[in-house]
Amino acid sequence: MKIYYAPSHEYIKVDGNVGYVGITDYAQKALGNVVYVDMPEVGDEVEAGEDFGAIESVKAASDLIAPASGEVIEVNEALADNPRLVNEDAMNNWIIKIELSDPAELDNLLDEAAYAKVCEAEH
Amino acid sequence: MNRDFYSKLIFELSQPGRKGYKIPENHLPEVKLPENLKRTSKLELPEVDEPSVVRHYNNMSTNNFGVDSGFYPLGSCTMKYNPKINEEVAAHPAFTSLHPATPDKAVQGALELYYTLQCALSEVGGMAEFTLNPYAGAHGELTGLLVIKAYHNSRGDVKRTKVIVPDSAHGTNPASAAVAGYEIIEVKSRPDGTVDVEDLKPLLDDTVAAVMMTNPNTLGIFEKNIPEIASLVHAAGALLYYDGANLNPMLGMARPGDMGFDVMHINLHKTFSTPHGGGGPGAGPVGVRAGLEQFLPNPRVVKNSDGSFSVISDKKSLGSISAHLGNFAVEARALAYILSLGNQGLKEAGKLATLNANYVKESLKDVYCLPIEGVCKHEFVFDGLADKSTCVTTLNVAKRLLDHGYHAPTIYFPLLFHESLMIEPTETESLQTLDEFIDVMRDIAREAKETPDVVKNAPLNTPISHPDDTEAALHPIVNYTELTEL
Repeated sequence: MKIYYAPSHEYIKVDGNVGYVGITDYAQKALGNVVYVDMPEVGDEVEAGEDFGAIESVKAASDLIAPASGEVIEVNEALADNPRLVNEDAMNNWIIKIELSDPAELDNLLDEAAYAKVCEAEH
Repeated sequence: MNRDFYSKLIFELSQPGRKGYKIPENHLPEVKLPENLKRTSKLELPEVDEPSVVRHYNNMSTNNFGVDSGFYPLGSCTMKYNPKINEEVAAHPAFTSLHPATPDKAVQGALELYYTLQCALSEVGGMAEFTLNPYAGAHGELTGLLVIKAYHNSRGDVKRTKVIVPDSAHGTNPASAAVAGYEIIEVKSRPDGTVDVEDLKPLLDDTVAAVMMTNPNTLGIFEKNIPEIASLVHAAGALLYYDGANLNPMLGMARPGDMGFDVMHINLHKTFSTPHGGGGPGAGPVGVRAGLEQFLPNPRVVKNSDGSFSVISDKKSLGSISAHLGNFAVEARALAYILSLGNQGLKEAGKLATLNANYVKESLKDVYCLPIEGVCKHEFVFDGLADKSTCVTTLNVAKRLLDHGYHAPTIYFPLLFHESLMIEPTETESLQTLDEFIDVMRDIAREAKETPDVVKNAPLNTPISHPDDTEAALHPIVNYTELTEL
């Protein structure tokens, strides 16, 4: 699966026409212990650049910004009971799974090297 | 004082059959209650003797920390000392025993207080008129935005759906704008923390209702470009909103109205001293420039030509945002504060707040990381310890301060830095208090290098040391029954 990154610290792992969206390891470290993930419902439409939910930590609450547009086909229910999974392994505990409506949007996102530069600039 | 024993929950002190009261024998006939209203379960109250109750609550009260207990440098909250004369005025029976629906002619003194404070705030803010009705800062923001909406609607200009807020704004700004029905657009800050005018320009068009700004901003930096920003905002047909959260250092020195702001709110509980920090009560009066007065909320207090005062309503108003005339006791405290300090005293307050903040900042910037150099206003932000190699975090430093009897500064806000530590000493602290605090902060920085584990394990001397904040947020235990079920 190819992984793309948004400067707002979400990733999308793409498998064919399906994308797994979560927050990056850098983002989970900056947020600190996650206590709540506000997720959309299956069937909701998300739009690239728009918020689709929120993530709350002991330090702050942040919007979750969709890196690409599409329909939500699954949400990671495990996070409802145990939001700490995001801290344990952010890259494998995705938040929503979407059916991409416009895969061309992925070209606007960053690859791992470009995203690493964004993080470095912020530090 | 036996803290361990009496600081338990009152339910844990309970012993079956023990009681500290005696109810007189009932000589009246029994009232027949419907069966469905009768309690079937046991009344779950703690069974305790009177001395235990008194010691329990007395001990618990000493676990509280307020500005009357010690130095409270909580950035962005302005925990200034609240003069006791304010309390005396607010507690006067002539005020406390008033019913809000008393006819105007029987409460002329209270209405005069409201009117006088309204005029004083208009003078401080450089505005035409104020309403004192909003109950808190964020309530003031919402009221101000509804004034702006009423203004645009009155001109038939209904396409304005956006409010612009800086990325460094207090979280209440976007929240209030969202509650007022607006879409939020973020404008970026420059490296020095001030609003980037070049980033703002392309965002301004005829869909923008207002731009919200705080000056000095959240980093304690004075925004110098307000006149330019105001003319850009006004040229786009939008209004400029002043968040008064940081009005304190400006008192008597600069007025939002003179800078070109159209609408503003003031946190009376910050700038004009009233106890706060436990969630209220506060007050968030809203002021407007000339031409917007009619949109202020109802009811209003006006002075008649014969010198008497009346409560009126205006049809053009946005409506009501509170049950009556706001939190009256907070208004009484604010007026007592303003009149005790007077013109010159208020000016001194702002200057001293600025001097104190700069003194602490300059005294600590070699051991704490200062991301933005230069003169600050009433508060400033460190980005954690200067020496990052110790891995001692801002949270550790804040907790270590508790061991020394200080309230911690604001931490991890603003979000512009990873290790934000936001300090606001306020004007009421003496040089000795500031020096002691500086010494303690320097000691903690030294400890972070020499004995980092001491700082990482702090606090060591507080009644509660290391609660699991994540678990507390995930599964809060809010009553004794839940605790015993664990």
